[in-house]
Amino acid sequence: MHLVYPAVLAVLLFCVGLYGVLARRNAVLVLMSVELMLAAVSLNLVAFDVWLRDATHAGQVFTLFLIALSAAEIGIGLAIVLLVHRARGTVAIDELRALREPRAPQRETE
Amino acid sequence: MDVVDVLWRLLAVLAAFLVLPLLVGQAEHKVMAHMQGRVGPMHAGGFHGWAQLVADGVKFAQKEDTVPAEADRRIFRLAPALALVPYLVVLVAIPVGPDGFVAQTLDAGLVFVLAVLGVGVLGSLMAGWASANKYALLGALRTAAQLMAYELPLLLSAASVAMAAGTLSLPGILDAFEWWWIPWQLAGGLVFFTAGMAELQRPPFDAPIAPEEIIFGAYTEYSGLRFALFLLAEYAGIVVVSALTAVLFLGGWHGPASDSLGWLWTLLKTGALSFLVIWARVAWPRLRADQIQRFAWTVLVPVALAQLALTGIIRVVTA
Amino acid sequence: MTSRELLSPSGQDVVFVLVGLVVLGAAVLCVTTRQLVHAALWLVVALGGLAVQYLLLTAEFVAWVQVLIYLGSVVVLLLFGLMLTKAPIGPSPDADSGNRPVALAVALAAAALLVTLVIDAFRTAWIDLDTPHGTAEQVGDSLFRTWVLPFEALSVLLLAALIGAIVVSRVRSRAGGDR
Repeated sequence: MHLVYPAVLAVLLFCVGLYGVLARRNAVLVLMSVELMLAAVSLNLVAFDVWLRDATHAGQVFTLFLIALSAAEIGIGLAIVLLVHRARGTVAIDELRALREPRAPQRETE
Repeated sequence: MDVVDVLWRLLAVLAAFLVLPLLVGQAEHKVMAHMQGRVGPMHAGGFHGWAQLVADGVKFAQKEDTVPAEADRRIFRLAPALALVPYLVVLVAIPVGPDGFVAQTLDAGLVFVLAVLGVGVLGSLMAGWASANKYALLGALRTAAQLMAYELPLLLSAASVAMAAGTLSLPGILDAFEWWWIPWQLAGGLVFFTAGMAELQRPPFDAPIAPEEIIFGAYTEYSGLRFALFLLAEYAGIVVVSALTAVLFLGGWHGPASDSLGWLWTLLKTGALSFLVIWARVAWPRLRADQIQRFAWTVLVPVALAQLALTGIIRVVTA
Repeated sequence: MTSRELLSPSGQDVVFVLVGLVVLGAAVLCVTTRQLVHAALWLVVALGGLAVQYLLLTAEFVAWVQVLIYLGSVVVLLLFGLMLTKAPIGPSPDADSGNRPVALAVALAAAALLVTLVIDAFRTAWIDLDTPHGTAEQVGDSLFRTWVLPFEALSVLLLAALIGAIVVSRVRSRAGGDR
């Protein structure tokens, strides 16, 4: 198989995930887009591992780690999202501004 | 392996998939009728009510297939298929007899089986959400929570067998099987079977579809053939879980004259375990949702871990 | 190596490209649909397709682990999250933020750059798929011989994540949480 096929698929998948992370407003949807990006990286790792015939299977082992990590990430991420939903009643990430810097005019008045 | 051979094997799997769940369904009618003194299922068709299952099928086929007005129609219609298909796919990897009496030998068969079984939960979640019914949604959430909790003991106890055999391939596990594995893996077997029963949401683990609390859980809005598909998925699930328990913990085809009668032993063990599943429905009251969670995390997971440790110790000592 | 041409693809190539198109289409729908639960279900299609790609690349074990963890657990958790945050049936108008044009520009620019780069770099590289490279036995051997330490570190991390998730989601009555 031509190495370009999996490599290009991984690139396109990553960019789709990138678009999702930037364009989505619902926090759960952002997490999904992150999953897409991670999956793209996994595909790259597996493809290059098979291409290089790595004796230690580094790429595939790393993919396994990545899968476990993304499960942990989803667990923690969803716990945070649910907490935010419980406290604020929304999961729209652009409405969660409690920690941002105050605007310049506000700083003058303080 | 040529194309005709593959085709025959797949046809055999399809035939088993169509016949065995119906046999379990018929058995459930009769066993429950005898145990509870029910007269209803004993009438249709005359002798012992043999036509009860046919009558049920006709009833389901006649009913109108309704879709709620507020529902997400596409997902609502897709859900029964997604609940049923994983069991069909799993049957492909279950060995029935020695010397390649299996539709497809997979190198990582055990992981394959457990992975595909885990996909079935999506069917219940989709059904519960798409129904636009709060009881259906509650049921779906309970289903998902229960299945996630019982996935862990299921995997751990299965891993114990894989560790004992030194392979993930299901025929490979059976090739390595010795009779003393049954006492050795007993705790793991009990955990696997119980967790499997909980994965199927069979009583006493049927809080997600408890009719007295939340109508029929994720399947509340279904009727007619689509509902029958969910029922078929339940019976197919009984067959798959029983067959897997038989293969992993009871030695599958091993038994007297296993060279020629191996397939019979597998079927007998599967049948006996299916009978136990049906018996549990009659014998035990339903657990509450929180009791189900507590049982998974405080009983099954520790027992499975202990079994895993025991397997590891004996493997190291005898190696 | 040189005898093989791009214009005479093998069966595996054809299947890979077809499944790849499905994966890509599902991914695009996942990030563009306005129906929240549909997005999660398109994610299922994309990740399931990726498992098929792993199988085609002879990484059998990774493929089944992908199905087990992603489809069996991660997507179920995501659906769980969507349902608990009251995902409606039908399109949600607030699924996307105002960043869409910028996001599209960034994604397209990144895609163009990376695709050019990747094609230029690996134009002449072929994967030999005749012998499997990634059966459970091979990967297990490497995992528990070469990569034991990272594996153990990962288990500590998972434990930390587990405890963290419990602590975060516990209802504190004193802090005025209203359940």
